[in-house]
Amino acid sequence: MSSLNLDVYMPIVILIGLAIAVAGGSLLVGGIIRPHHPNKLKESPYECGEEPVGSAWANFNIRFYVIALIFIIFDVESALMFPVAAVFKRFNEIGLGGTLLLSILTFVLVLVAGIVYCWKKGDLDWVRSFNAPQVQTGSKDK
Amino acid sequence: MNSTVFSYFAQSKEISAFIAWMTKLIGFDATSLVAFIIFLVASLIVVGALATIGGLGTYAERKISADLQARQGPNRVGPYGILQFLADGVKMILKEDIIPAQADKFTFILAPFLCMIGVFATLAVVPFSSGFILSDLNVGIFYLVGVASLVGVGVFLGGYSSNSKWSMLGGMRGASQIISYEIPATITIISIVLLAGGLSLGTLIGGQGGLPQEWYIFHNPFAFVGFFVYFISALAETNRAPFDLPEAESELVSGYHTEYSGMRFGLFALAEYIEVFVVCGVAAALFLGGYKVPFDLGTGIIFTERLGMDPMQAKNIGQLLELGSFFTKTLALYYVVIWVRWTLPRLRVDQLMTLCWKYLTPIAIFNLLGCAVWMYAFNGKSIYSLIFESAAIATGHH
Repeated sequence: MSSLNLDVYMPIVILIGLAIAVAGGSLLVGGIIRPHHPNKLKESPYECGEEPVGSAWANFNIRFYVIALIFIIFDVESALMFPVAAVFKRFNEIGLGGTLLLSILTFVLVLVAGIVYCWKKGDLDWVRSFNAPQVQTGSKDK
Repeated sequence: MNSTVFSYFAQSKEISAFIAWMTKLIGFDATSLVAFIIFLVASLIVVGALATIGGLGTYAERKISADLQARQGPNRVGPYGILQFLADGVKMILKEDIIPAQADKFTFILAPFLCMIGVFATLAVVPFSSGFILSDLNVGIFYLVGVASLVGVGVFLGGYSSNSKWSMLGGMRGASQIISYEIPATITIISIVLLAGGLSLGTLIGGQGGLPQEWYIFHNPFAFVGFFVYFISALAETNRAPFDLPEAESELVSGYHTEYSGMRFGLFALAEYIEVFVVCGVAAALFLGGYKVPFDLGTGIIFTERLGMDPMQAKNIGQLLELGSFFTKTLALYYVVIWVRWTLPRLRVDQLMTLCWKYLTPIAIFNLLGCAVWMYAFNGKSIYSLIFESAAIATGHH
């Protein structure tokens, strides 16, 4: 088999197909035999017996978005690290390990600087609002 | 290049003869066609086996939790209640399927499918044995990390589309937790990739041996810490206790799948249990030597030499031993996952984020650099071989 053979990707397509088939199949089979008596109460969101007030699609805690932003930076970073890591051993064997080590170091240091910055800014603290008033008073002690 | 379950079977005479016969019959190269059939059968076997393991996982979970709490656990359906998961499955199929009137219908239906696709697609690279890996892609572990994050999308969409406050909170927590813990897990995986020098699961396991001192967990101190970082992150990524905040039943009713009933809920549960098995399998493959059997018994060469067996038969016996090795390690980790769930209390959201961003991520980055420096300084030798060498020099057996 040549290295360009696409047969090796076949299982992925098959498995995705199987996932859809298993999920869809079990829902279809269930659809034939299960009861279906909808009413208004059943179809309202469950809130432990209370009448639901308003929609759940409201403004949400901003912390989650900050986490998502930090995540994207680190995720892209780790995606870029994979190729370097994969060739590191081979480069090390022919004596070029130092070069790669330096490049990894430089790359990671930038990120460490990033995480230190986030940490100092308080973006890694979940309950930042408790610390916020101290900043707003403008007192520069600490 | 990439070894697959097909290339393993293609070694046997019967299959090659079958390919030749098919080629003659249909008039063009039948390799891909036969490969498709073998892949399909193998995928069905894997999916069937893993669905059963996932089902038995729910049973094991209930039984072990019962043991830990001095209860009986399920004991009515079948001997020792072992058929409980089948009864549960039948119940789920029979339950009424309720879609909330205010929900975003399309996304609501889509979410469990995404979870299932994300989990099933990872099965393609799970290394059950050196021959029985559906497809040992050359980007194996990278692919696995990427595809597994589809589950996070499913969890978030499930919570968001339900338009229920519990679900929304659970979905938001799930999304932030899964993406956060992906960072330490991925960086730890990168440090193991550094040691192995390749992304395919075959390479990653190939760098290890059957005996514990040849595993990557004992390769150097950084990898040893890395194992625990990965395992904790994997627990969080699969929403397992003590990180089961997205479905924290004591505060969020049932979290992101509050509004899901019947089989749709069952799909989420099935996906979760299979995912736990997959991450345990990956932990075993990366750190605990995966399918490797001590003394190279897995290759089967020794059976041919000592017992004079047919090479293919000896190879198959070796594969069975490797399967046993993989499943022993993975199921042991699976037991630990269940054990942890019923031992530790649940974390708070801020504690969860602190643990990830202030402890695990810096530790993982430190481990990565540590592994890189270790590889450079000691030319890729493990701590065991270093001690062994220095002992040999000291006693003059150099």
